Amino acid sequence: MKAKFVIPLILFVVLVGFLAVGLNRDPREVPSPLINKPAPAFKVPQLADPSKSFSPADLKGQVWVLNVWASWCVACREEHPMLVEMSKSQVAPLIGLDYKDKRADAMEMLVRQGNPYNLSALDNDGRVGINYGVYGVPETYVIDKAGIIRFKQIGPITKDVLEKSIYPIIAQLNKE
Amino acid sequence: MEYSMIPEIGHFALILALGVSIIQGVLPLIGAQQGRREWLVLARPATQISFMLLAISFCVLAWSFYVNDFSVLYVAEHSNSQLPTVYRLGAVWGGHEGSLLLWIFLLTGWAFAVAQLSKTLDEFMVARVLGVLGLVATGLLLFVLATSNPFERLLPAAQDGRSLNPLLQDPGLVFHPPMLYMGYVGFSVAFAFAIASLLTGKLDAAWARWSRPWTTTAWIFLTLGIALGSWWAYYELGWGGWWFWDPVENASFMPWLIGTALLHSLAVTEKRGGFKNWTVLLAIIAFSMSLLGTFLVRSGVLTSVHAFATDPRRGIFILILLSLVVGSSLFLYALRAPRSTLGGAFSLMSRETLMLLGNVFLVVAAASVLLGTLYPLLIDALNLGKISVGPPYFNAVFVPIMVPVLFLLAIGPWASWKSTNLVALLKRLWLAAVIALVAAILIPRMMGEFTILTALGFLLSFWIIASGVLQIIRQFKVGKPTRSFIGMQLGHVGIAVFVIGVTMVGAYQEEKDVRMAPGDMVSVGGYQIRLVEVRPAQGPNYQATRGTFELGRHGTVEEFLYPEKRNYDSSTMPMTEAAINAGLTRDIYVSLGEPLEGNAWAVRVYYKPFVDWIWGGCLLMALGGFFAVMDKRYRLRLQK
Amino acid sequence: MIKKLLPCLGFCLFICFAHAQEATPLAADPALEQRLISISEEMRCLVCQNESLSGSRSELAQDLRREIRDLIKQGKTDAEIRTFMVDRYGDFILYRPPVKPTTWLLWMGPFVLMIAGIAALLMYLRRRNTQVTSTTLSDDENKRIDALLRDDK
Repeated sequence: MKAKFVIPLILFVVLVGFLAVGLNRDPREVPSPLINKPAPAFKVPQLADPSKSFSPADLKGQVWVLNVWASWCVACREEHPMLVEMSKSQVAPLIGLDYKDKRADAMEMLVRQGNPYNLSALDNDGRVGINYGVYGVPETYVIDKAGIIRFKQIGPITKDVLEKSIYPIIAQLNKE
Repeated sequence: MEYSMIPEIGHFALILALGVSIIQGVLPLIGAQQGRREWLVLARPATQISFMLLAISFCVLAWSFYVNDFSVLYVAEHSNSQLPTVYRLGAVWGGHEGSLLLWIFLLTGWAFAVAQLSKTLDEFMVARVLGVLGLVATGLLLFVLATSNPFERLLPAAQDGRSLNPLLQDPGLVFHPPMLYMGYVGFSVAFAFAIASLLTGKLDAAWARWSRPWTTTAWIFLTLGIALGSWWAYYELGWGGWWFWDPVENASFMPWLIGTALLHSLAVTEKRGGFKNWTVLLAIIAFSMSLLGTFLVRSGVLTSVHAFATDPRRGIFILILLSLVVGSSLFLYALRAPRSTLGGAFSLMSRETLMLLGNVFLVVAAASVLLGTLYPLLIDALNLGKISVGPPYFNAVFVPIMVPVLFLLAIGPWASWKSTNLVALLKRLWLAAVIALVAAILIPRMMGEFTILTALGFLLSFWIIASGVLQIIRQFKVGKPTRSFIGMQLGHVGIAVFVIGVTMVGAYQEEKDVRMAPGDMVSVGGYQIRLVEVRPAQGPNYQATRGTFELGRHGTVEEFLYPEKRNYDSSTMPMTEAAINAGLTRDIYVSLGEPLEGNAWAVRVYYKPFVDWIWGGCLLMALGGFFAVMDKRYRLRLQK
Repeated sequence: MIKKLLPCLGFCLFICFAHAQEATPLAADPALEQRLISISEEMRCLVCQNESLSGSRSELAQDLRREIRDLIKQGKTDAEIRTFMVDRYGDFILYRPPVKPTTWLLWMGPFVLMIAGIAALLMYLRRRNTQVTSTTLSDDENKRIDALLRDDK
C-alpha cells in the first residue's frame, strides 16, 4: 500500500526530465522529410538571363548546394558574406534560388553584396519552394551526385554551420 | 538629464520583500516543527509586511507606466506616450516581467487575506500555511530579481516607447490576466493548507472545511479569467473562434479541471471525512498545474500565440523552481499520506462513489489535455520526429471523456451519502430523461439539421437542467434552500447552458465571405446586412478605415455595425476590429477585409446562434461558486 | 457543418430591400472554398505561432492555400492532399496527428487512462469496504470484551 503513494512523485520526475530536454529544443523548427529523397525536379528561368532556364538535372553527377534566398529577407543579407566565403573556397557549385522576389531587387542585392552563386534561378510564385518544403528563407540544401538531398540547413548559414556541417558533408559526398 | 529615483524604490521594495519572505517561509515552519512560539508568531506580521512591500513595488511600476518613464526598460518595451491611459496601466502586465510581478503581488495578497481571516485557526496551522506561502513567494522573488527584474533601467532613456502590441490594446487586457492570475495564485492557498496538514500529520475534516472557501474563491476567479480570455479572443481576433486548444489556453484549463475535481472532493472530505489523501493530492496537483502553466508560457518549449518573449535561461530557473516546489510536496505526500485515517464507510452505490467517479473523469480529462499539449515535446525529446497536436485531437478526445461527467452531474445530487438505491433514484429522474430526449430530437429538427453529436449536446444539457429544476422543486417542499444548494444548482445549470451554447454555435453557425460595394446586401441567419459606406476614421494612436453596415430583418433596419481596419502607428500589420451585434439568442459578426477593385470590399459575416451562452454559462458557474462561498456556515469565520 | 439556407425567405426580403443588390461570394466556387477550409483548418501555418492554415494571413499560408485549391480542382482526394503536404513539410503540418506507432500512446492514452481510472476506483472501493467493515467488527469485539470483563467480575 505504501508504494502507490510514490507514483505521483515518479511521474513528476519523468515529466521534469522531458521538460528539461525540451528546453534545448526549438519547437518551431520543421525538419525536412526530403532528406535522403530525390531533389524535386523543376525548371525555372535564370535570374541574370531569363531566356535561359535552370533545372537540378543540369548538375547531375556533381555534389552541389542550393541556397534559397531573397532580397527582402533580412537574414539572407546577414548570411550573404558566408556564402561569398563559401564560393571562394570552391568546394561545390552554389546555385541560388531567388524566392518570391523581384528580378531588379535581386540583381541589385547581388551587385551590392557580391554574387557568390554560379548562377541564380528565379522562383517567382514560390511553387518550387513549396516542393522543397521551404517555409522561411534562407534555407540551404546539399545535394549529392545522384540528385538526392542529403542535408538541409534551416536559417542562415553561420561560420559554425559551414565548418561543422556543410564542408564535412560535401567532402564526404565527393568521395562517394 | 535627471532620472527619477522612483523605480529604484520599486526595486528596493522587491529586495526587502525577498528578505521578509525568507523569514516568513523559514522561521514559522521550523517554529511549528520545534514548538518555538516566538518563531511561529512571526508568520502573520511577515505576511503583512510582504504584502505591503509588493503593493509598493507594483504601484511604482504602474506609476512608471502612467507617467511614461521610458528610463525603465520594461516601460519602454511595452508602452508609448500615445497609448491611452487605461492601456498604459494594462501594459503593466502586458509582458513577462510585469505579469510576473503581478503574480507575486497577488500571491502576497492571498497570503495576506489568509493571515487576516484565520484568527480562529490553530496557530501552528497558521504558521505552516503562511510559511509554505512564504517559501513559494521566496522562490518567485528570487526568480524575478535574478532574471526578470521589471525595474531594470534604460540609460539613456528612450524618447518614446515601443508601444503595446495592438492586439493587446483592448479592455480584455485590463481584466483577463488579473482574473486569471487570481485563480492560478489562489490555488496556492489550498496547496499551502494541504502541505500544512501533511506536515502536522493531521488530515482531518477541519482542514477541508478551512480549505474549501479559499479553493472555491480561486476557482471562481479562474473560471472568470478563462471565460474572459475566450470572449476576448472571439471578438478581437476577427474570425469568430472562441477556443483553440492553444498550449497556453490548455495551461489555464488543466488547473480548472483539477480545481473542479478538488472542489467536489473537498466537499466529501468535509462532510464525510473520506478521500483525504485524494483531496490532498488534488490540491497539490492543482497548484502544480498553475506553476507548470507558468513554465510552459515563459520557457519557449511550446509554440503558442500567447507565449511571452522566451528565454531558455528563464525556463531553466522556473523548471528548477517547479521541481523543488512540486517535487518536495509529492515527496512529503509519499511519506505522510499513508498515515491518514479512513473516514466514514460508504457502499458502492452512494453519493461518495458518484462524486469519486466524476473526479476520475475530470482528472483523466486534465491528463489527456496534458498529454496532447506535451506530446510534441515528448516525441521531439526522444528524437522521434516532429508532430503537431491540434484542435482535431483535443476535440476528439475531450468530448467523449466529458460525456459521462455531464451525465453524472444530473444524478449525483440525488444520491444520498453512504448508501443510495440507484434504481429508485433513476426512477425519480424519469421526467428529466423524457425532457432531455424530447429536446435532443426536437431542437435539431427545429434548427434545420439533425446529427448525433448535436442531439447528444442537447440531451445532456437538458438532462442536467431538468434534473436541476426537479431538485429545486423538491427542495422548496422541504424548506428554504441553503446558499450552498443554490450554488450547486447554478454551477451545474451553468455547465448545461455552456453546452447549449457550444452545440448551437458549432452546429448552426453560418459564415459568408462576400464582395460588397456600397448598397450591396448579404443575408445570413435570416438577417440582412447592407453596406452603406466605407470611410477613413482616426483613433488616438491609429488610422482606420471604417465601414457602416445596416443590420435588419423583414425589411426594417434594426442596428448599425461599424467594423474597422486599423493601422496602428506602432505596427505595420493592419488589425481587424470586427463589429458584433450581440443578442441573447445570437451574435451577428461583421469583419472588414481587403479593399477590392470597383470601390468594393471583402467582407466576412457570421451568424452565431447562442454563442453568448458559452460565456453566460461560465458566469453562472462563477455565480454558483459565489453563493457556495457565501454559505452561512462560513459566516462565523468572517465575523471574527 | 452544412449551413441552413433560407433561399425563399431571402428572396422575399430581397424584394423589400428594393435598391439593394445581393453581394457576390468572394470565392469563385463556394463549395470548393468549403472543402479548402475544412482541409486547411486541420493544418498548421508554419510561419505563424500556432495558427491554422485556414485562418492565417501570412504569405506562405496564402501560397499553400492556393496549392490546395489547385489540387482540389485537379480532383485529388483529401487524403492525397494531406499526403502532398506531409511529403514536403512532414507530419508537423498536420494538426490531427496521424495514427502511427509513435502516436499510439497519444491516441490510446486517454482511453487507457479512463479504463485504468475506473478499474483503480473499483479496486479501491472494494478494499475500502473490507477495511472499514473490519474496524466495525473490532467495535463489536470490544463490546464482547466489555461484556466478558463484566462477566468475569
